[in-house]
Amino acid sequence: MLEARDLEATRGDRTLFSGVSFSLAPGGLLRVTGANGRGKTTLLRALCGLLLPAAGEVRWKGQNIRALREEYWAHLLYIGHANALKDDLTPEENLAFASRIGGITVSRDRVHAALTRFGLGGRERLPVRALSQGQRRRATLARLAVAEAATLWILDEPFAALDTAGIGLVQSMAGEHLARGGMVVLTTHQDARIEAPSAIDINL
Amino acid sequence: MSIAPTTPSLRDTPPRAGGEFSVLRAVIHRDLLLALRRRSALATVLLFFVIVVSLFPFGVGPEPNLLRAIAPGVIWVAALLSCMLALARLFAADFADGALEQMLLSPTPLGLIVAGKVAAHWLMSGLPLVAIGPVLALQFDLDQSLLGVLALSLLIGTPVLSLIGAIGAALTLGLRGGGVLLALLVLPLYVPVLIIGAGALDAAGAGLSALPHLLLLAALLVLAAVFTPWAIAASLRISAE
Repeated sequence: MLEARDLEATRGDRTLFSGVSFSLAPGGLLRVTGANGRGKTTLLRALCGLLLPAAGEVRWKGQNIRALREEYWAHLLYIGHANALKDDLTPEENLAFASRIGGITVSRDRVHAALTRFGLGGRERLPVRALSQGQRRRATLARLAVAEAATLWILDEPFAALDTAGIGLVQSMAGEHLARGGMVVLTTHQDARIEAPSAIDINL
Repeated sequence: MSIAPTTPSLRDTPPRAGGEFSVLRAVIHRDLLLALRRRSALATVLLFFVIVVSLFPFGVGPEPNLLRAIAPGVIWVAALLSCMLALARLFAADFADGALEQMLLSPTPLGLIVAGKVAAHWLMSGLPLVAIGPVLALQFDLDQSLLGVLALSLLIGTPVLSLIGAIGAALTLGLRGGGVLLALLVLPLYVPVLIIGAGALDAAGAGLSALPHLLLLAALLVLAAVFTPWAIAASLRISAE
């Protein structure tokens, strides 16, 4: 259960947003929309615990995430708008390392299956440097295919740089995740067509 | 031929396995792999060390007694500087491409991940100095019996430099002019290591035992290994916010 109470964030002396409250139950989707610079990423980073909000608190299963820390992060998958890929490593190595850091050890076969599902079959051994922008995004998002153990997915602009097929894939994976009782928070400028048992929209 | 898309279920997810030290190993492995695929950065640091040390005999002149006297200090100061040079890059790349955020959100304690990064950093920028230092010392006509002490003092001392320096690297992450600030922040903290490390050679050169100095260095290493990873982790959280 993810809950936010009266979140407020500031940049310098400017208030980005204030009074953001919501409660997300299993199977719940939260869509954050808003013009550029309104603080969508800031909100997501606050929900992850990367950033201390100026006011308010984020709670996971009733407890403040600042007290839970690693216990909360074990349930969290965050994909920021930076890809967190190493140019000199292959998609395979990047995915295996990212999962390991995220607390799951993934077999080689599952890494391959995940990358294949994201259309990177045959490119697992190329350095990320040689991939296009869209392929890099796919290599990052392949984490979704091995992260079903993480209950809460927080995705910052997951569709950026993706083609229609890629967007469809991410949407269907998010739908599957919600159907098995997961939670998804995402920011997007597109109209996200995700089948969700329950959905909340926040416009900053 | 393509593998059919699979719908993963909770059943085939391995449990959070491997233990936390496997994460430590994975971090060291990744950073070493990255360094191997981009060897130029590594070479820069080592060449810097070689050149700085080699400049002194040219500048000071071929007076054997003088060279012998300044050798410990010169080699140690060069080791401090080249360690600093490598530090600037310790967290910068991970910070820029978002990999650091993933580490901050890891269920593994950040101190452990950081320890892995510092260990890899030392293996690439500290350990080679242990091998090169004694060779360069020959330019200073350093007594052969002292070469072992030099290597040993570098072996114990350079990890301390990496650990302390990493706190500075974490604090100055993402700052403009961070490189200069890093030097101002870290070099004063290196003074005890410098004094004790060079002191070991001075003592051995004077016919005394170098053991007390080496033991002091080892004590510093133990202290640094226990406490600095958590200080580095805390600094990273502040810098990344």
